[in-house]
Amino acid sequence: MSDKMSLKGRSHKFGDDINTDDIIAARYLNTTDGNELAKHCMEHIDKNFVKKIKCGDIIAAGRNFGCGSSREHAPLAIKASGISCVIAQTFARIFNRNSINIGLPLIELPEDAKRIRKGDLLKVDIKRGLVRNLTRKETYRFEKYPPFMQKIINSGGLMEYVKRKIR
Amino acid sequence: MGYTITEKILLKHTKLKDIHPGEFIDAKVDLCLGNDITAPLAIEEFGKLGLKEVFGRKKVVLVPDHFAPAKDMKSANQCKVLANFAKRYKIKNYFEIGRMGIEHALLPEMGLVLPGDLVVGADSHTCTYGGLGAFSTGVGSTDLAAAMAIGECWMRVPESIKFIFYGKLNKWVGGKDLILHTIGDIGVDGAIKCAMEFTGETIENLPMDDRLSMCNMAIEAGGKNGIIAPDKITKSYIGSIKNRAKPGNGKFYFSDEDAVYKAVKEYDVRKIEPLVACPNLPSNVKNVKALKDVTVDQVVIGSCTNGRISDLRIAAKILRGKSVKAGVRLIVIPGTQKIYLEAVNEGLAKIFVEAGGIFSTPTCGPCLGGHMGILAEGERALATTNRNFIGRMGHPKSEVYLSNPAVAAASAVKGSIAHPEEVV
Repeated sequence: MSDKMSLKGRSHKFGDDINTDDIIAARYLNTTDGNELAKHCMEHIDKNFVKKIKCGDIIAAGRNFGCGSSREHAPLAIKASGISCVIAQTFARIFNRNSINIGLPLIELPEDAKRIRKGDLLKVDIKRGLVRNLTRKETYRFEKYPPFMQKIINSGGLMEYVKRKIR
Repeated sequence: MGYTITEKILLKHTKLKDIHPGEFIDAKVDLCLGNDITAPLAIEEFGKLGLKEVFGRKKVVLVPDHFAPAKDMKSANQCKVLANFAKRYKIKNYFEIGRMGIEHALLPEMGLVLPGDLVVGADSHTCTYGGLGAFSTGVGSTDLAAAMAIGECWMRVPESIKFIFYGKLNKWVGGKDLILHTIGDIGVDGAIKCAMEFTGETIENLPMDDRLSMCNMAIEAGGKNGIIAPDKITKSYIGSIKNRAKPGNGKFYFSDEDAVYKAVKEYDVRKIEPLVACPNLPSNVKNVKALKDVTVDQVVIGSCTNGRISDLRIAAKILRGKSVKAGVRLIVIPGTQKIYLEAVNEGLAKIFVEAGGIFSTPTCGPCLGGHMGILAEGERALATTNRNFIGRMGHPKSEVYLSNPAVAAASAVKGSIAHPEEVV
């Protein structure tokens, strides 16, 4: 996962069921270049999204974020766009595992994600499992990753985990 | 406490003595799969390991099907990455144009997946093979790279939800309608991270093509896998495959009577009419009769959901001797080369062309807005595909409705969403 255990940025707010076609439309999948993909991130639902991002910003969304296709290009596009982590009420499963595998931090806040508004300044402490909403002066706790996933995260992603297994 | 079929297959693919939902495992995979979109990323990651071989050269499947035949130079380069990798690592199951098909139509047809197998694929619709009584699930590209290297995939053992279907199906209702009804009932995250087990007398009598299209869309309810217990229909399907890629009939697993489910849902299928999922979610399901004023610019019959021979037969039955409404584009895409040839030999291709439709080479093509039928701004399509998200088939201001092949064919004739009985 990210080397930085503490992340800070403004929130970009999205609703429920943000799917992988929203995140990166299939017509752009004829490349694997993250920077190229990032140019089109969220294009179908917010044309100016990429222009609005400041490095470190955070996506805050509703339920089932990342539903749809298995395209790893989706978390890659988000990561390369400068977004530091995604907060949602729930995540779809393939998006969830892809993000763990490539090191895009995901924070699941089943209830509190709803409290985050567009433009809120957020500080995420991954180690302690805390999100501080500095704009609203609120603190949200999240469940840390289960030990098995932490093993992958601490290895530095799935391929590093695999390397250790091969050795 | 007993096990579900999903738990039994997962357990069999670990070194563990027992298994529980929520637990994380490293599962041994029997087969792993990638396509021209997902495999290039996987191959890049695999390359970083510096390995001289894949974990099993018969156990890696590569199918260029999404943007193939290559729609542009970038796609051609991606397809080439697959071809080169297959050559270098002596991958037996690489399917070039002319031998390929839409991956989830192709693998069952070739006997590459058997009951009891554990399959992971870098494609979300890998859950299709649950129709054969296998555990199969979609993963990402890095997962595929790991699977190609060590033949394992990490996963969380899912809780299971049981769906019981009873009663006799109404005319023009098929597996597609059963799964649309289910997704309409539970929502696009109704089975999030769960196994969806389809059972009951209706399923026991359901043909294999319909079973595959049901399990295909488990992901549209957030499911990890869809699964149907293997039976005599499974056995006869496997037995009918000529030159099967793998020997044997696989291993048949069944859920124990005291298996534990997160939830149980029951559906009386006699109440289910042909259904249509309206934009922009597969859960936005309505009775076809409630949509009769909705005109269409394009109809697509094909995809990993409904591009099998029985789908084409149903469509041809409706289109025989009829014409596609002027101004409507009908695109028929058989799932594989074998299905293509069957459709030609049975005269189905002729029916489609004579009706004013086109009959394409196998490809995922328009389903994901790739090629072969992209929608312009403001256009509307009815498709037998699996997703109707914003801009899925083209312009962000175009619309996709989803249905079974009978409704799609009838709608092509009428020029608006139609119940098959309005046309036949």
